[in-house]
Amino acid sequence: MLEFATAIDKEAHRAVLALDAALAAQPFAGFIEAVPAFVTLLVRFDPLVTDRATVEQHLKTLNSAALETVLAGNRHEVSVVYDGSDLAEVARQCGLSEAEVARCHQSGTYEVAMYGFAPGYAYLSGLPAPLAIDRKPNAVRNVPAGSVIIAGGMCLITTLTMPTGWWRIGRTDAQVLTGNPDRPFAFAVGDKIQFNEAKNGL
Amino acid sequence: MVSNKAEIEVLEAGPHVTLQDAGRPGLMRFGVPNSGPMDRKALTIANTALGNPAGQSGIEVSPAGLRLRLTRGTLTLAIAGGGFAVSRNGQALRAWQVVTLQQGDELTLRPGPWGSWCCLAVAGQLEADTWLGATATHGLSGLGGGALRAGQSLTVNECRTLPERPIPCPVFCRPRRRLNVILGPQDALFSDGTVARFLSQTFRLTAAFDRMGQRLAGPNIAPEAALGIPSQGLTRGAVQVSGDGIASILMADHQTTGGYPKIATVLLDDTDGLAQLRPGDAISFTAITPAKAVQLARQRARAFQCYLAQLASH
Repeated sequence: MLEFATAIDKEAHRAVLALDAALAAQPFAGFIEAVPAFVTLLVRFDPLVTDRATVEQHLKTLNSAALETVLAGNRHEVSVVYDGSDLAEVARQCGLSEAEVARCHQSGTYEVAMYGFAPGYAYLSGLPAPLAIDRKPNAVRNVPAGSVIIAGGMCLITTLTMPTGWWRIGRTDAQVLTGNPDRPFAFAVGDKIQFNEAKNGL
Repeated sequence: MVSNKAEIEVLEAGPHVTLQDAGRPGLMRFGVPNSGPMDRKALTIANTALGNPAGQSGIEVSPAGLRLRLTRGTLTLAIAGGGFAVSRNGQALRAWQVVTLQQGDELTLRPGPWGSWCCLAVAGQLEADTWLGATATHGLSGLGGGALRAGQSLTVNECRTLPERPIPCPVFCRPRRRLNVILGPQDALFSDGTVARFLSQTFRLTAAFDRMGQRLAGPNIAPEAALGIPSQGLTRGAVQVSGDGIASILMADHQTTGGYPKIATVLLDDTDGLAQLRPGDAISFTAITPAKAVQLARQRARAFQCYLAQLASH
């Protein structure tokens, strides 16, 4: 586990993504997988092939080279119908109208910070500050797949019907789990996402 | 060897009885855990006993049990993992063995003297849905081969009939009460006294368990600061501690990231034996260095390969 900061930090996150990219380009013998998160990169290795000291040495040589890595990331557009069951409550807490919440949500440029929790749950950073509200005190069950939810300064498109304590402001037909075996996940970590309102429904 | 088809009818299947193969490694970066069997050695052994590749699709039986009937053909199966009570048409069988069912035969697996998870492999090709290239069922989403339901029919193609024989249950497949751990990554968030308590006192498994993880009861080991950490990658075997001091050990279908501090990580090889414990069983943790963990992992892998080679040669 490599830790670049103890709290969420933009620079540390860029360092995580740079090392992740460098490692993918130049893996070591016995590399299993890397899991990028906000400020950490989890690197899994096969102990039958290598050991921790060897892996650490390899990562050190990458670390300096990684700083030169340019992180572009693909862009994606996601259409949203802003009719979520929590839209009114989000508007009240933020002191905005429902239409202003929708406009504000679309004004952000989001980045896939990490996947986590469950298959295809892409945590999107870049939620505009006026919408930064805490999660609900208790999770709500059976929130349907395709919900656009926000909490703690993040946005997420749900892929499964699951309980969540985040606020449901809308829905989308964008499929993060594509069902396409050649490209099963729509987004890569580091990709940019832009939301726009589907005025005539989906 | 005659190539033919067999059909199985599921008569009863309790919760968490699922189709599994070796799982889908390498996708944690997309929120997808490996899944696969709770006791990974059990599926490997059952498959090896039939001459199958180690990770071929089979059925994982939970403590809730399973009852099947062969409705067509002849089918050879291998049963390994746990000490289940196994019977064919009401006649008790060994817990671990290669068995051949004829059309109309019923096979029943219920919790027996020890163990929690058992794997069934088939001498043939089990038809199953795959997701991201694997049959392994991800419990939370149901993606993959899926959970078995009463009334469901399973098809096995290219069946081979093999002689019945017992499968030896090696000592390293028994439940493991003393677990080797590497401390951290967040052991620094716990006081020295708490870490000492974690390593010296006994914990118990609770009834709160599923394929995602196992909650423990025992001494309170709350971190010094009950603050969350930025969500980070998790592995099978991670011992995470919630703010109120309750520890859980993550297993096959674990969430891929989380913000609870991890006081330690259980040696991956020990998690199979952990899976075979039952609620109420006592466990304790022994800290080892990363170098010692690699050494143990290699030693265990050699012993397992040696056992498998003998099993395959019979």
